[in-house]
Amino acid sequence: MRQRGQTEEGKISSPPSIRARTFYRLEGRLAPYAFLSPALILVILFFFIPLIMVFILSFTNLDMTNLGILKWWDPANWSLKNYAKIFTNRFFPKILINTVMYVGLTLTFFNVGMALILALITTHINRKVGFASRTLWLLPRITPVVVYIMMWKAMAGPTPMGIINSYILGPLGIGKGEYLLNLYPWVFVILVNGFIGASFGMIIFSSAIESIPKEYIIASKVDGATTWQTIRYVELPILKWPLLFVTTYQTLSLLTSFTQIMLLTDGGPKLYQTEVWALTAYHRALTSYFGNTQWGYGAAWSVVLVVIGVIMAVIYLRVFRFGELVEEPKIEQL
Amino acid sequence: MILREKLKPLLVYLVLIISSSLIILGFLWLFITSFSTRTEGLRPLRWTLHNWSFLWESPFGPEYPSIWWVTLNTLLMSLTMTIIVVVVSSMTGYALSRMKFAGRKSFLSLTLILHAFPSVTLLIPIYFVLLYVSKIPVIGRGIPLLGGFGYNTIGGVALVMVAFQLPFGIWVMKGFFDNISWDMERAALIDGASRFKVWWQIMMPNIKPGIAALSIFSFLSGWNAYLIPFTFTVGRAGKTAVLSVYLQNFMSESVMTEWNVVAAVGLFQLIPVILFFLLTQEALLSIYGGGKRGGV
Repeated sequence: MRQRGQTEEGKISSPPSIRARTFYRLEGRLAPYAFLSPALILVILFFFIPLIMVFILSFTNLDMTNLGILKWWDPANWSLKNYAKIFTNRFFPKILINTVMYVGLTLTFFNVGMALILALITTHINRKVGFASRTLWLLPRITPVVVYIMMWKAMAGPTPMGIINSYILGPLGIGKGEYLLNLYPWVFVILVNGFIGASFGMIIFSSAIESIPKEYIIASKVDGATTWQTIRYVELPILKWPLLFVTTYQTLSLLTSFTQIMLLTDGGPKLYQTEVWALTAYHRALTSYFGNTQWGYGAAWSVVLVVIGVIMAVIYLRVFRFGELVEEPKIEQL
Repeated sequence: MILREKLKPLLVYLVLIISSSLIILGFLWLFITSFSTRTEGLRPLRWTLHNWSFLWESPFGPEYPSIWWVTLNTLLMSLTMTIIVVVVSSMTGYALSRMKFAGRKSFLSLTLILHAFPSVTLLIPIYFVLLYVSKIPVIGRGIPLLGGFGYNTIGGVALVMVAFQLPFGIWVMKGFFDNISWDMERAALIDGASRFKVWWQIMMPNIKPGIAALSIFSFLSGWNAYLIPFTFTVGRAGKTAVLSVYLQNFMSESVMTEWNVVAAVGLFQLIPVILFFLLTQEALLSIYGGGKRGGV
């Protein structure tokens, strides 16, 4: 900032007054916050205030029956009962294992794995074919979720109706043509979510690959590298930042997503077979077998989920050395 | 050797086809189903156009909004959301990429962590926040077309969607700003331009591909949004219904759900998006998240 003042001194004959200098300094200090303020307002309105409310609600037993009667903001009504209820729940280990399995498998095989494979393939083949296949893989993401799930149920259907049974498993002579969704619910939970999830990473990775300067690729070709070597030593290192972003972002997306599972199996077909954490939070908070919705209890489930998500994010940022990836802006050091 | 060179691309295509086969089969079925009364596998038992009749007559009587009105709503909601997302995240991304201030790194990681908050659980508190916004004059519910930014308005739903889209937008935008060299901006600053002027007149035109990519992504997620519009508008038949919520009408109204009609409505919602995507894919490809490529 000081240096900028000097440059201007050189241009205009009289030195800037003290007032002007203070103004510059003040502008320099305040400008970042002026730029951040719209985002800050939205974040405070729709993340922080709701989060504090959820946090408080999680200590109360607010539900449909005592809404408007219970003073949930009064600390006298707060207790840790909901949390005790979660950790002593008979199905707590089952739900935890389900969540880890769901996030881990979908992330590894589809959201990162398949996404990377697709990005690499579609950027190394004929451009038109690459475009077409990317569009194809984007279809699951842009189809209304209700219709998308309906499609998968038709795919999993028993023999005369089901597509997988009559066109893939049948000709191969596998299985007896039963309703596959009841037989292998987990396979479908992961496929259904994975086919949606893969496109996100695919777009990010393939655009990152496309943005690599062509000279790098040509240089490695000139040096006699095979396609695989070019991918391994030129393209993958550049993908580090997108990989950090996609892994972290998609882990959190998967942890908190439940709509597809809700419409597909609703946690079944056997008791709690495919019930994941976010779905439990939704079930407790907004639906209930007994006709009343336990907002307080559901809020407690989701607070624990937020804690898990934040811990995961922090671990990722450490593993990928986030601090080193973020460069200091040098614009002010003229 | 030559044979190997020729086999390799073939193998790659094979991997691509096998992995995509489920999508191809599924969407083929969806398409056939929407034009038939019943299907057995991919074989329609009888072709019909009846499933698409919602296009020319309102299927639930005149008091329900027609599909075209609902489509207009969806378009308005997605556009409002897209514009706000682009402006807000490019401002934030610029500050994060180019300005030094206390808490810069923490703000950047915070935006990513925000994504860890499940929208489901924030829904109830956000409802209270929106009700509060509704009480503010003009902004609350006095704006033509959008209705305002409060509860049960197109603008309000868009605003909530913006909040959930921000973590993504901010990160992508920061990446784009990182890729522009410092020199141009430095020159403008030396000439005495304010940061705001630099951002709007020099930086923004330079990240047009980024703006395009983020707009497309936001527009797609707005067009498809279900949970948030469903929660913050009253009734599937209301004046503020969007397509994915309207689709719900076909599933609970009648005694037996006509799945073929559902498929047709789903395709109706899908087709403009596919066309839109095919036309804009070139821009989408430049959504690269940035990193260590900033100038000097």
